[in-house]
Amino acid sequence: MRYTKKDWLLAGLTGISLVIILLLLAVLLGQIVWHGAPVISAEFLTQSPGADMVSGGIWPAVYGTVFMTLLMTIAGVPVGIATAIYLSEYASPRSRIAKLVRIAVNNLAGVPSIVFGLFGLGFFIIFVGGSMDALFYDDPRPVWGKPSILWASLTLAVLTLPVVIVTTEEALRTVPQEFRDASLALGATRFQTVYKIVLPNAKGGILTGVILAVSRGAGEVAPIIFCGAANFLPYLPTDLRDMFMHLGYHVYALATQSPNVDAARPTLFGTVLVLLVLTFSLNLLAVIIRARSRAALRS
Amino acid sequence: MSEPKEAAADAPDEVKMETRAVNIFYGDNHAIRDVDFDITDRSVTALIGPSGCGKSTYLRALNRMNDTIDSCRVEGRILLDGEDIYDRSVDPVEVRRRVGMVFQKSNPFPKSIFENVAFGLRIGGEKDKDLLAQRVEESLKGAALWEEVKDRLQSSALGLSGGQQQRLCIARCLAVWPEVILMDEPASALDPIATAKIEELIRELREKYTIVIVTHSMQQAARVSDFTAFFYMGKLIEHGKTGDMFTRPTKKRTEEYISGRFG
Repeated sequence: MRYTKKDWLLAGLTGISLVIILLLLAVLLGQIVWHGAPVISAEFLTQSPGADMVSGGIWPAVYGTVFMTLLMTIAGVPVGIATAIYLSEYASPRSRIAKLVRIAVNNLAGVPSIVFGLFGLGFFIIFVGGSMDALFYDDPRPVWGKPSILWASLTLAVLTLPVVIVTTEEALRTVPQEFRDASLALGATRFQTVYKIVLPNAKGGILTGVILAVSRGAGEVAPIIFCGAANFLPYLPTDLRDMFMHLGYHVYALATQSPNVDAARPTLFGTVLVLLVLTFSLNLLAVIIRARSRAALRS
Repeated sequence: MSEPKEAAADAPDEVKMETRAVNIFYGDNHAIRDVDFDITDRSVTALIGPSGCGKSTYLRALNRMNDTIDSCRVEGRILLDGEDIYDRSVDPVEVRRRVGMVFQKSNPFPKSIFENVAFGLRIGGEKDKDLLAQRVEESLKGAALWEEVKDRLQSSALGLSGGQQQRLCIARCLAVWPEVILMDEPASALDPIATAKIEELIRELREKYTIVIVTHSMQQAARVSDFTAFFYMGKLIEHGKTGDMFTRPTKKRTEEYISGRFG
């Protein structure tokens, strides 16, 4: 096919955009790897930070991030998937409740993440935690009503909820209506149809969406500033009520709170690199699962 | 569930399903108007009529598949062996086990051939492997597919040809031992050879099952059916023995449609 002038123009513009994006990514990643890689060592990954935050390692932050991500997944993903199943398989298209839920989900997705942080502080810590203390404890010092890994994880679970719901619902919608009809016509109940036909066929899409949501949640810093992330805490959280270190928050702390910002720079880049590797490997996992489930559908 | 009865055991013209003053609405659209109609046991009834005449809507009302469409409302009574299938006490799941359905577009699950046929039994709670294997074989034989697939029961159903997929869907339907089988233009997406196989199959199935088939093709209706019902604009215009309908239609509309003057 021959290109007209307009085709060339469009091809040129899209080509330039492509180059800009690739360049940005390359510079960003290049810088992080260039400055961060020399710092990475077994000690850096397994030791606690020293008193000046710059020396020593980042193990508590790695541990805290993984622990928090797990809690967040356990708390948020089942609720998100259940909501999506309700919206896609059970609610009638004209249902008021379903409409309300959809509006809520869309608005939730547009809320700036710092607002989730304030929500976590106000709702989980002060309201839920505070009420628990008032009801069950006679201690003036707060037991549950203070920042902790539990509240931070729950706050992030709320943040990731809309992503899980929207991607799961999309995955469920890709399952052809004919499969549902065939199943129902054979005398399957609606639940059997969802469980035996719809979910198995949407599995790949749901997993992909969940992993992408989780990897986004793992890297968020703003929502956990008030809710449980600690500046400097050289031991590991052992209780849901403990505060914890987080890779993203550690980067923020190193950049703004360390006594000597210039000296902190290599540690800073090292921490960023570790965080990126963690979230990228989650994304990579999502890509692999998606490719596999597509291949499985074709064969 | 009982084993499909052999033909000629009962009186030949027993009524299997009756519809009384049936009206069907999609929102404000009055799709089916006052249909009174009897479906004869162990025979093939063809529903014919131009596109949009309501024949598929009517068919889907016979096993409550319209329940899945939110805006659809069915009024009147539809009786299966004298029992109203729209009665409050009746479970639609039970109705669909007795009244199976084969769709226009073949819709095998992306599972193995075996699992497709076994699906209805498995969701019915059947776990006995020997029994499953036996019923799958029986159903595939019933759908005239066994010889073609017996050596690859574990391979994906999506690897079959269009005609084979449609016969697999019929086998899947037979496996739960329905009493009535509804077919919504089952051969409209198939080539002439595959269509001929499906038609031959329908004639064989008539021995054991009551079949209602929606078809666009008048030749097909003439070839496979014992009774024909002509729908036009949501109304049942005329029904009777297929031979009579095609040679001596009593209504002008029917004659015009059958002779191809519109439709």
